[in-house]
Amino acid sequence: MSDEEDDLILADLPDDELVPQMFDDLYDGLREEIEEAVNILLSRGWEPYRILTEALVGGMTIVGKDFRDGILFVPEVLLAANAMKGGMAILKPLLAETGAPRVGKMVIGTVKGDIHDIGKNLVSMMMEGAGFEVVDIGINNAVEKYLDALETEQPDILGMSALLTTTMPYMKVVIDTMAEKGIRDDYIVLVGGAPLNEEFGRAIGADAYCRDAAVAVETAKTFMARKHNQVTHAD
Amino acid sequence: MTSPQDGHTLTELGHPPSQPGASVLVIACGALAREILHIVNQNGWTHLDLTCLPAKLHNRPEQIPAAVEAAVLKHRGAYGKIVVAYGDCGTGGQLAALCKRLEVTMIDAPHCYAFFEGSARFAAHDDEITAFYLTDFLVRQFDAFVWQPLGLDRHPQLRDTYFGHYTKLVYMAQTEDPLLDDIAHECATRLGLAYERRSTGYGDLPSWLGTS
Ligand code: B12
Repeated sequence: MSDEEDDLILADLPDDELVPQMFDDLYDGLREEIEEAVNILLSRGWEPYRILTEALVGGMTIVGKDFRDGILFVPEVLLAANAMKGGMAILKPLLAETGAPRVGKMVIGTVKGDIHDIGKNLVSMMMEGAGFEVVDIGINNAVEKYLDALETEQPDILGMSALLTTTMPYMKVVIDTMAEKGIRDDYIVLVGGAPLNEEFGRAIGADAYCRDAAVAVETAKTFMARKHNQVTHAD
Repeated sequence: MTSPQDGHTLTELGHPPSQPGASVLVIACGALAREILHIVNQNGWTHLDLTCLPAKLHNRPEQIPAAVEAAVLKHRGAYGKIVVAYGDCGTGGQLAALCKRLEVTMIDAPHCYAFFEGSARFAAHDDEITAFYLTDFLVRQFDAFVWQPLGLDRHPQLRDTYFGHYTKLVYMAQTEDPLLDDIAHECATRLGLAYERRSTGYGDLPSWLGTS
C-alpha cells in the first residue's frame, strides 16, 4: 500500500477510532504513521498535552505491560519508543508554547560500571510524556556526577538505573553520600532496573523502586503531590 | 556421558541427564553444557551427571530461579547431591537465595564471563566497561542468542541503539579453535566493534566442578 493511501485511511478515522489505531501503530513501531496521526489530531484541535498523554503515553503503556508479561521483547520496545519519539518531536515545541503543566523535574542516569541504557531512556521518555522535565546524565555515572547534576539542576527527583547485579549496590553509595552531605531528604530518590526489587530499594534507602516506566510515572506523580501538600502545610 | 547436544537445542530446550548411577547432578545453563561435559570427561569424573536448562532463559533472567527450583525438585530423589552451575545471571541475588533455601551450591560469580576469566581477574578490570564479551558458546550461537533476539536480523538500524556506547568485542576463548576465532572476528565486524581475543580457558569452572 502506498503512503498516500495509508494517510487517507488515518485521516478518515473519527477520533475514537484514530486513537486506538495509534495504539496499534505504536505497538508495531510505525513512526511515520504516528507522526501523521499526531498531525491529524492537532488539525482537529486537540491540545498537544492531550495527544501526548492519551494517545502516545497511553499506547506506550500497553507496550510496557506486554514487555513485562513476556509478550514483547527488547527490539519491539525500541521500535515503539522510536515511533513515540517521532510524535513527541512534533508536540514538544507546541507544549512549550501552550504552557502545558510541568509536574516536576528529574535527573536520571545509569550508575557507575553500567552502560545499559534502554530502560533508563524509556523511563526518561515516559516521564517527559507525563509532563516532567528530565535531565538525562547518561551512563556510567560516579557519585560526583550525580551530586553535580543535583546541584546544577535542582531537580525534585533523582532516578538511578542499574541492570547488572554487580552495579546495583552502587546506588547505595550515592544515597549514603547524599545522606553524609545532609541533602538526602531534599530529593525523591527513585531506583529501577531488572535485577532490583522492592526489598532492595528499601534496603538502600531509596524512596521507591519502580518495576517499569509506567510505575515510575505514577510513583513520581504521587510523591510530587505529597511534596506539594507538605509545602502547603508548612506555609 | 553422552556428547553435547547441538547449540540450537542447548539454547532453546536444554539437555536431559544421561549418566545413570551418578551420585551428583550438575544443573547447568545450556551455555555451559559443552564445556562442562568436556571437563568432566577429561577428568574422568564418572560420579557427575549433567542436565541443562535452555540457555535462552538468560534473556528473561527473572524466570531462572523458578526453572532451577523445578529442576532441583524434579531430580532431587535420584541423586545424593545436586549443584547448580549458574552465576547470578541478573537475578539480583534471587538465585543465590533460592539455592541457599534448597541447600544446594551454585557458582559464586555474577555471570559466566566472570568465572571463565576468573572472577578476581574479571573484577579487576572495571575499566573495561565498553567491552562486549563472547564465549565459545556465544560465538557458535551468536545469531540465535544475540543477533536475532535483539532483532538485528529484522531491524539492522537498531545496532547503534544497542552498541553505540561499546568500543570492542572481547572473545574470551575457552578452547584454541581458529574457526571460532574467525567467526568471533566477524561478529565484531557485524557489530561495528574492534576485535580482541583473550584465551581464558575454563577459568574457575574446573575447580568448582572438582569440589562438587
Ligand atoms: C538488552 C541487553 C543488553 C544490550 C544493552 C544495550 C543498551 N544500550 O542498553 C547489550 C546487548 C549491549 C548488553 C550487553 C551486556 N549485557 Co545485557 N542485557 C540486556 C537485556 C537482554 C535486556 C535489558 C533491557 O534493555 N531491557 C529493556 C528495558 C525496557 O527494560 P529494563 O532495562 O528492565 O528497564 C525497565 C525497568 O527495569 C525500569 N527501570 C529501568 N531503569 C530505571 C530507572 C529508574 C529511575 C526507574 C524508576 C525505573 C527504571 O523501567 C524500565 C522501562 O519499563 C538483559 C536481560 C533482561 N531481560 O533484563 C541483559 C542483562 C542485563 N545483560 C547482562 C550482561 C551480563 C551483559 C554483558 C556483560 C554481556 C556480554 N556478553 O558482554 C554486556 C555488558 C558489558 C559491560 N561491559 O558491562 C546480564 C546481567 C547479569 C548480571 N549478573 O547482572 C543480563 C541480565 C542478561 C543475563 N541474564 O545474562 N545487554
